[in-house]
Amino acid sequence: MATDSLAVKPARAPIPEPSAWDRLRVNRNWLGAWFMMPAMAFLVLFLAYPLGLGMWMSLTDMRIGRGGSFIGFENYVYLLDDRDFLRATGFTLVYTFIASIFKFSIGLYLAVLLNNNMPFKALIRAVVLIPFIVPTVLSAVAFWWIFDTQFSIFTWLLQKWGILEKNQLINWLGDPLLAQGSVIFANIWRGIPFIAITLLAGLQTVSPSLYEAATLDGASKWQMFRFVTYPLLTPIIAVVMTFSVLFTFTDFQLIWAMTRGGPVNATHLMATLSYQRGILGGRLGEGAAIATAMVPFLLAAIMISWFGLQRRKWQQGENND
Amino acid sequence: MASVGIRDVKKSFGATPIIHGVNIDIQDGEFVILVGPSGCGKSTLLRMIAGLENITAGDIMIGDRVVNNVPPKERDIAMVFQNYALYPHMTVADNMAFSMKLRGAPKDEIKTRVDKAAKILSLSPLLERYPRQLSGGQRQRVAMGRAIVRDPQVFLFDEPLSNLDAKLRVQMRTEIKELHQRLKTTTVYVTHDQIEAMTMADKIVVMHDGIVEQIGAPLELYDRPANLFVAGFIGSPAMNFIKGKIDGSGFHADGGFNLPIAGAPAGSSGKSAVYGLRPEAIRLDGAGLEARVHVVEPMGSETQVVADIGGQNITCVFRERIQAKPGEVIRVSPDAKLTHLFDGDSGKRMAA
Repeated sequence: MATDSLAVKPARAPIPEPSAWDRLRVNRNWLGAWFMMPAMAFLVLFLAYPLGLGMWMSLTDMRIGRGGSFIGFENYVYLLDDRDFLRATGFTLVYTFIASIFKFSIGLYLAVLLNNNMPFKALIRAVVLIPFIVPTVLSAVAFWWIFDTQFSIFTWLLQKWGILEKNQLINWLGDPLLAQGSVIFANIWRGIPFIAITLLAGLQTVSPSLYEAATLDGASKWQMFRFVTYPLLTPIIAVVMTFSVLFTFTDFQLIWAMTRGGPVNATHLMATLSYQRGILGGRLGEGAAIATAMVPFLLAAIMISWFGLQRRKWQQGENND
Repeated sequence: MASVGIRDVKKSFGATPIIHGVNIDIQDGEFVILVGPSGCGKSTLLRMIAGLENITAGDIMIGDRVVNNVPPKERDIAMVFQNYALYPHMTVADNMAFSMKLRGAPKDEIKTRVDKAAKILSLSPLLERYPRQLSGGQRQRVAMGRAIVRDPQVFLFDEPLSNLDAKLRVQMRTEIKELHQRLKTTTVYVTHDQIEAMTMADKIVVMHDGIVEQIGAPLELYDRPANLFVAGFIGSPAMNFIKGKIDGSGFHADGGFNLPIAGAPAGSSGKSAVYGLRPEAIRLDGAGLEARVHVVEPMGSETQVVADIGGQNITCVFRERIQAKPGEVIRVSPDAKLTHLFDGDSGKRMAA
């Protein structure tokens, strides 16, 4: 009705003071905390709790089917005198070191090769990924055959080329040193694609005009790699090598499928030894102690890469391209 | 320093021809600008001079030497890229020193050359910075510094100002021109911006669809464009084109009005032609043609008016300030001495 608009409106009620709940409702940090909850719960339940439990178990004499009692550092003291544990630790370090160096250099070389223009580029890149796609156990079984004493293709090749006598065999996985070399070889084969493809992605972010500028500046192919490509790749190298070192150090599947740590415990890594002692041997406490002993090494690796990962000076500052 | 010769140069990518036989002579110390719309082949031509693209046919000469098969680093040229192509992990000083370092020049010589180049470009306080910490204009100067340090025979610029904002572009334009006047190094400069070409060049090469439309000094191209393309490309706002016929000593437009011409070529009466009229060659004239105003754009120093004459939109630029409102009628007439005539079929300039 027309008169309605003329009616005197009641004075507006004063705005009430916001209650604590009202303020909380619009608080972004409060909301953010809630969004974080699911992820937090997952991490605590599946990462922090097992890690803490493992560490606690390493301080007990727990066995399968029997709760243990607290024995302090007795497991660790025992392990320090255990030749197999020391050997596994040493081999884990050697395994990680040698495999990482080879994986890095071959992966980088492959990445640079794949970055060139060539026919069937996409297909070749896909082929390179195959070792990475095949389930580890499957490829380990294949390597088991490749390094089989009787049927090894390497032995066969060496015989063909006349380096070995006919019917002369090599006990690849039976001899400690050869077995160690064989598992490292298998790990390198499996680890290269990850590094090659990641570095290839990094290479593709380098602007082609930088290479043109370097060409005009008179750089040779090698100088271009040394002074342009490599420095620009260092940030991604730091990331990919951190992951590679962590994965290699904690490797389990490959060893377990190929050698089970043998012969005479020569190819045991800390992870496989921990499994053998803790699960197969039933001594959960000791197994947990071996697993926990890996933590300082992994922390060290992370620290090194943390410094390596820090933004270099040239990456800082405004980016107003 | 050296001259540059381009003789019958052709280029195709696969089966697609990009450049169809180009001839350009560049004198020692000259500042030459290749200008044209995108896709005309000007950047490709520059990259062929640099050696970044190979030459399908013809010869490119630097000095007296045919450089078709000479690798880029031995051509003694330096190039400034559109995106500057500065090495992000090197400081300004290292960026500028890189080519000399590769050549194994002694450290103190590198330092004096870099310092000298930095001084010319007022980069001295920035030598220890990284490219990321610089503004666009500063990066541009570093890219030029990198070229200067090498003291090459020829400078090549590939649209160096197109990533800068308008104001900085004007300022860098002046800087590049000053630099050239100071160093007197032969320069080949590619741009799509005809104003850059007009203001900086000793000689402009207008390219279109892989051929050279016209070569000449800036004002020569402006005053005597060889064809419709050059006439429309050079000059801002662009030249007005009016279709019609030559009628004795005048021009009869298809829109039904007559325009004065400086003089018709002999025997051309009755031929179809295109009348070229620069916006700034139109005067207010109480006895002139009727023009219905569409849009008035005051620019301060001059006023741009788009008006309808005989059914065709004509852009005019007046020094006077005009108060006309859209829809009003003003009277204008062209300055006959400043008009152009082009052949209706071939688009070529008709000699008056």
